[in-house]
Amino acid sequence: MRFIFKTSYLQDIRLARHGGHVFWYGLLGLALLAAPWGLPEYWLAQLTFVLIYGIAGLGLMLLSGYTGQFSLGHAAFLGVGAYTQALLTAMGWPFFLALACAALLSAAVGIVVGLPALRVKGIYLAIATLAFGFIVEESFARWESVTGGNKGIFLQPPQIMGHAFESSEGFYFLCLAIAVACTLAILNLLRAPTGRAFVAIRDSEISAQSMGIHLAYYKTLSFALSAALAGIAGALYAHKLQFITPEQFGIVQSIDLLLMIVIGGLGSVHGAFLGAMFLIFMPQLIGLGKDWLPESIGQSPGLQTFVYGAVLIAFVMFEPLGIYGRWIKVRAWLQLFPFYRRGMFKRQKSFQKSERLR
Amino acid sequence: MIGIYAKRVLCKNKGNASVQFVQLLISGVAQGCIYGLIALGFVLIYKATEIVSFAQGELMMVGAFIGVAVMAYLEFPFWLAVIASMAAMALLGLLLERMVIRPVLGQPAFSIVMLTIGIGYLLRGLVTMIPGMGTETLTLNVPYKDVTMAWGSLILGAEQLAVIAVTTVLCALLFVMFRYTRMGVAMQAASQNQLAAYYMGIPVQRINGLVWALAGMVAAVAGLLLAPITFVYANMGFIGLKAFPAAVVGGFGSLPGAIVGGLVIGIIESLSGFYLPEGFKDVAAYVVVLIMLMVRPNGLFGERLVKKV
Repeated sequence: MRFIFKTSYLQDIRLARHGGHVFWYGLLGLALLAAPWGLPEYWLAQLTFVLIYGIAGLGLMLLSGYTGQFSLGHAAFLGVGAYTQALLTAMGWPFFLALACAALLSAAVGIVVGLPALRVKGIYLAIATLAFGFIVEESFARWESVTGGNKGIFLQPPQIMGHAFESSEGFYFLCLAIAVACTLAILNLLRAPTGRAFVAIRDSEISAQSMGIHLAYYKTLSFALSAALAGIAGALYAHKLQFITPEQFGIVQSIDLLLMIVIGGLGSVHGAFLGAMFLIFMPQLIGLGKDWLPESIGQSPGLQTFVYGAVLIAFVMFEPLGIYGRWIKVRAWLQLFPFYRRGMFKRQKSFQKSERLR
Repeated sequence: MIGIYAKRVLCKNKGNASVQFVQLLISGVAQGCIYGLIALGFVLIYKATEIVSFAQGELMMVGAFIGVAVMAYLEFPFWLAVIASMAAMALLGLLLERMVIRPVLGQPAFSIVMLTIGIGYLLRGLVTMIPGMGTETLTLNVPYKDVTMAWGSLILGAEQLAVIAVTTVLCALLFVMFRYTRMGVAMQAASQNQLAAYYMGIPVQRINGLVWALAGMVAAVAGLLLAPITFVYANMGFIGLKAFPAAVVGGFGSLPGAIVGGLVIGIIESLSGFYLPEGFKDVAAYVVVLIMLMVRPNGLFGERLVKKV
């Protein structure tokens, strides 16, 4: 068991709370750095996808997990980032400048979408973002002179300082660096007053407002930051696939992103990456299990959909905090061994807050 | 054969703009009725449990599949298939409410929306696993298939007329039920104030289950009506995503609003498909809903609720 004696207020907001954090995250960092030498090419590519989806998940986590705003059209921001990157790098812009533009343009679009968020709440916001997502997807498909329409466009590997990142190892390191930078930025944001304001808005808009938080400003900011992260992820996604079409950024992708953060664990930065791992590795697991199932089930194209649906239902019903919530319980069990009690994480009985007050 | 005939007549009518307009209008109304019926399911569930069910489109798809399955395997006549499908969907609605929805009531709305998305995924996945049917595009053999009616130079498909007629009858039935039966009045009471209804001795939990059953039945009707127009396939539930705009345009808490919203969306979609450049048809519903949310977030028939602290 570990006791942390707090002797200064700064300890409350320190990123690494104790030596254990430093050790384990250091180990994780080393493992990630060593991955290209230890993993086969295919698994390295999957790990790159985990990092890319993790960045997008971070953005959506900031918006949904921390600020409490729905977005059912997040793939649209991914698409804006991807197409911006594709067009700008085709025009010969340097990689990082194009990436920054992708992030900025996504953020600008995010602000535009965030504006209705100031008027509408909850389900109406979900439908507004859903509508926005459909409109953006359709514009990608129809604006053929720029986006190439449904035929899609090809991308070159990223070029930085005249050095092309053609190998999958090089691109992996690039993604790793960007993912680490984004994660640190978000962690920093969340322990700063801005992040606390987001959490306050999530928990109760009315009390946040009475504490002097400018709802409009912070909601728009949350949308913009979230969209910017999605834009960065979209740009990397485009480079990784080297070929993008509009239907990659449709409603299915949006729901996948949501599914990812809900399964990973709403309201935790870990959740974004755990969810990304679920999203990327689950199809592999399903592929392994296919041979054990009867043919009509194993070969059915809906098997993956079925498993995703079942896992999602199970998590919402039994573990609303997702994989990360489960990990917290396991960790408590390990730390307190043998004193863990069954009722320790018993959920408080919650009652629905009705919107029907008159 | 008759389809070709209808097409030829349509071509002949090309010059006649007003007939064409009416034709578009009617096909829009028919499509709008489908949206309206799905939206009706959303609104029923929303009013009862304040849950927005993203699984409504999939419930409709399952209803259509059940209809096709009982006609193909059990060789039921059409009317019996309709009844069987409605009964099965009512049961499914009850089961879903009892097993999945009731335990999570009270959790954040976001989690519950994800839960209904999960239910939708699960149903879609399950349907594709049915051997011999799940991955096929099937047709429902309705007795009025390929029948057209000519009225002057106006040619109407019986499928579309059936949609309009059945929707009208269903709405009338629902109206009578909510207005005059004990059950309907109890449902209204529970949807207005659950606690007060509970104190008055209304079994609110059972009522919520029955509302889900009702939503399932409405979904089955929508599926069976849509089946002759678009075929039956596992992804047909995606049309449910277009019924959301319908529910919002009508005002999310209003039953007549759902139908009117559906009609508005259907007509605008049909007209924009013809008069506007290609591509606008697919997004018309969403453009309308965005405008609606900016201009009048409570919808056409929505009640304005002011939340008090």
